[in-house]
Amino acid sequence: MATLSRSDVEHVAHLARLGLTDDELTLLEGQLNHILDQYAILAELPTDDIPPTAQTIELENILREDVVRPSLSAEAVLANAPARQGEFIVVPSILDDR
Amino acid sequence: MTELTRLHAHDMAASLRAGDFSSHELTEAHLAAAEAGNPALNAWLSIDRERALGEADAADSRITAARAAGAIETAALPPLAGIPIALKDLVSVKGGQCTAGSRILEGYRAPYDAHITERLRQSGAVILGKTNMDEFAMGSSTEHSAYGPTANPWDLERVPGGSSGGSAAAVAAFHAPLSIGTDTGGSIRQPAALCGIVGIKPTYGRVSRYGIVAFASSLDQIGPFARDARDAATLLHAIAGRDDRDSTSSPTPVPDAFLQLPASDDGAAASLKGKRLGLPSEYFVAGMEEGVEARIREAVSALEAAGAIVEPVSLPHTDYGLATYYIVAPAEASANLARYDGIRFGPRLGDGDVLANYLATRGRGFGAEVKRRIMLGTYALSAGYYDAYYLKAQKVRTLIKADFDVLWAQGFDALVAPTSPTVAFRFGARMADPVSMYLSDACTLPVNMAGLPGISIPCGLSEGLPVGLQFIGAPWSEAGLFQLSRGYEAITADADWRRLEPTGLTSAAPASAVSAR
Repeated sequence: MATLSRSDVEHVAHLARLGLTDDELTLLEGQLNHILDQYAILAELPTDDIPPTAQTIELENILREDVVRPSLSAEAVLANAPARQGEFIVVPSILDDR
Repeated sequence: MTELTRLHAHDMAASLRAGDFSSHELTEAHLAAAEAGNPALNAWLSIDRERALGEADAADSRITAARAAGAIETAALPPLAGIPIALKDLVSVKGGQCTAGSRILEGYRAPYDAHITERLRQSGAVILGKTNMDEFAMGSSTEHSAYGPTANPWDLERVPGGSSGGSAAAVAAFHAPLSIGTDTGGSIRQPAALCGIVGIKPTYGRVSRYGIVAFASSLDQIGPFARDARDAATLLHAIAGRDDRDSTSSPTPVPDAFLQLPASDDGAAASLKGKRLGLPSEYFVAGMEEGVEARIREAVSALEAAGAIVEPVSLPHTDYGLATYYIVAPAEASANLARYDGIRFGPRLGDGDVLANYLATRGRGFGAEVKRRIMLGTYALSAGYYDAYYLKAQKVRTLIKADFDVLWAQGFDALVAPTSPTVAFRFGARMADPVSMYLSDACTLPVNMAGLPGISIPCGLSEGLPVGLQFIGAPWSEAGLFQLSRGYEAITADADWRRLEPTGLTSAAPASAVSAR
């Protein structure tokens, strides 16, 4: 199977929005490749005609009435926000940067 | 008062009803044990003395009122009324911390109760506090907690297993008679085995996960720890059942049989007669310790002597379980953990734009194992690799599940197997090589892949450390697993090892365990 290069590791870290140090990237390059080596065993199994399993209990179409119910108060939710102003969560501007 | 902590929950319940002692006294005894024992064990991330005693007083009022009303009202009290319990620190308790063992949830306060927290409150249980765990339940040793490792009560230089290591250690050390864990690949059963207690991963869908921090959503399941099968069954009965807020929770009825396990050893032993058990050869894996294999073979012989019929069986795709699990679980985790972005809750790190916030918050908020799994999962789901990894793993998952289905179709009541290939290992022994840590769960993770219930019960010691015996059942067959476990307890009730207490309880923390934190 595939081998991850240093730039692959950096690309995946960016996709996952993980800020990693050079040391972490170096360590992960070795470890991830070692783990991927373990995955190679799966290639020996013919699975073309095997359907995938995403979940194991045969529950389907769990529906409920779309009714209004009490939800958490804004205050209860905002209490955990790292930065807030009134009833809003404050984040850095995303439009000015473009 | 320390002897109160040695009782089983069902004995505590009987004594509370008889008025032998109060829930306040019982709770105080456990709080004292937890507070005195935690410096050496680090099993608890928080102990809420005030709230616990308040809940105990409320339970005492309820019990007193029922006793005044008469025998029928007393008998109608829920079995957990006034009984102390510990929760893994990924279960939401309104207003309390819920770190999931991570820095990224430091300071977060749960705005609501988890479904199981509501159920435990209704049943009158007393929540003592929250227990240590591998960060986001990723690990098999509790060494991946951001808040330091938990020590094994049997040997303070060894791990308790994981990820629910704090919950297992707290019950083994008599800080609580009951606790809650979660099991995604073995995180209840493996620490139960390594700490010498009972732990069950119920059928996928048995317990609502509303209010529980998610790891891998097609695998995660909540379950109890206890010091015997009856207590584990009682706790599962209290938390199981359909909840509209978790669409994967099943409407399958929760059997009252959970509450009706035989109290007498004779009755329990008799229930083993004629039970047909499969012994999967693939679970005696390379690297299994001789002492562990010896205890398992002895347990199998004891079951046969009691009338069970044990037949060798094969689960031919077992060897593919580890690779399959370590694609599926990280893939699901990478999606579940995308929510930890420092925007709405938790610490927000980094200066500048939103991307800088994301990178710093997640880069510094997550520990090494969590980052490793997010990287693995993101890669397995990324463009060009999805078919080769994730889709392939889902197909192999079908084969792993089919292996079990063949045996259920042949009429086996359950499978009997080791829980962990080894006894508790030393701190640091598997930290350098992630794959060696992952192998800790070789005998447990196929059960999650197939969505089945599995229970680990103690079956003796090897090198002075506990060994766990695993029963695996068809979906929704927990009652049968409890019955087998209760039967095994009955036929080994006189065994010398049952009278031994964890050896680490009396000794002081060795310097190495302290410096490891």
